[in-house]
Amino acid sequence: MSPVILVSLAVMVLALCLAFVRLFRGPTLPDRVVALELFSSILVGIIGVVAIATDVPSLLDVAIVMALMAFMAAIGFARFLERGGPRDD
Amino acid sequence: MIETLEGGLILAGAFFMFLAALGVLRLPDLLTRMHATTKAATLGTALIMLAVALHFAEVAVVARAFGVILFIMMTAPVAAHVIGRAGYIVGARLWAGTVKDELKPHFDPLTRDLKSGAPAEEHERRPPDEPDAP
Repeated sequence: MSPVILVSLAVMVLALCLAFVRLFRGPTLPDRVVALELFSSILVGIIGVVAIATDVPSLLDVAIVMALMAFMAAIGFARFLERGGPRDD
Repeated sequence: MIETLEGGLILAGAFFMFLAALGVLRLPDLLTRMHATTKAATLGTALIMLAVALHFAEVAVVARAFGVILFIMMTAPVAAHVIGRAGYIVGARLWAGTVKDELKPHFDPLTRDLKSGAPAEEHERRPPDEPDAP
């Protein structure tokens, strides 16, 4: 593994930790949903870097599925909130 | 040469993702947090997928990498719009320094009814048997 990949992985894991702090603290449910979406975006990036590091191109399919699931989760949460979910959690 | 470009793309992507996470942690408000995550995380993912396309340089992998970029660039604004709207309707508090809230005269927080049109006009409900086409 080259140092570039190590450094970028470390930076992205740090970003994951920061997003997790917001997921944990977020005052309302939409804040947490935003943090979850950021989670999945960072995970797509991490999967891309791992695909480069291990030379396995089929990991890109995992990234595609990850992005798809995050989008559907965001839409679902938004519909749940608009239909009258809890105003505060 | 290609390796250098690839490393630069990976580092830039990771940096933008870190910026997005910093924004979601530090900004004061749901909408400002969303403004940080949507744009910066999309750019970071796109840069890393470009690096993947450069690294493998096969037709199938490049197509899939560009598919990921296209998909994320199409879905991120939609998801942000939907979450922002849901947050406004649920009543997420805006930042104290907010200058303008253009949705306020159109929205009734008790009935959660979002009107369109000029704020002074009475909202006219369509009769239910009218077809949807204009």
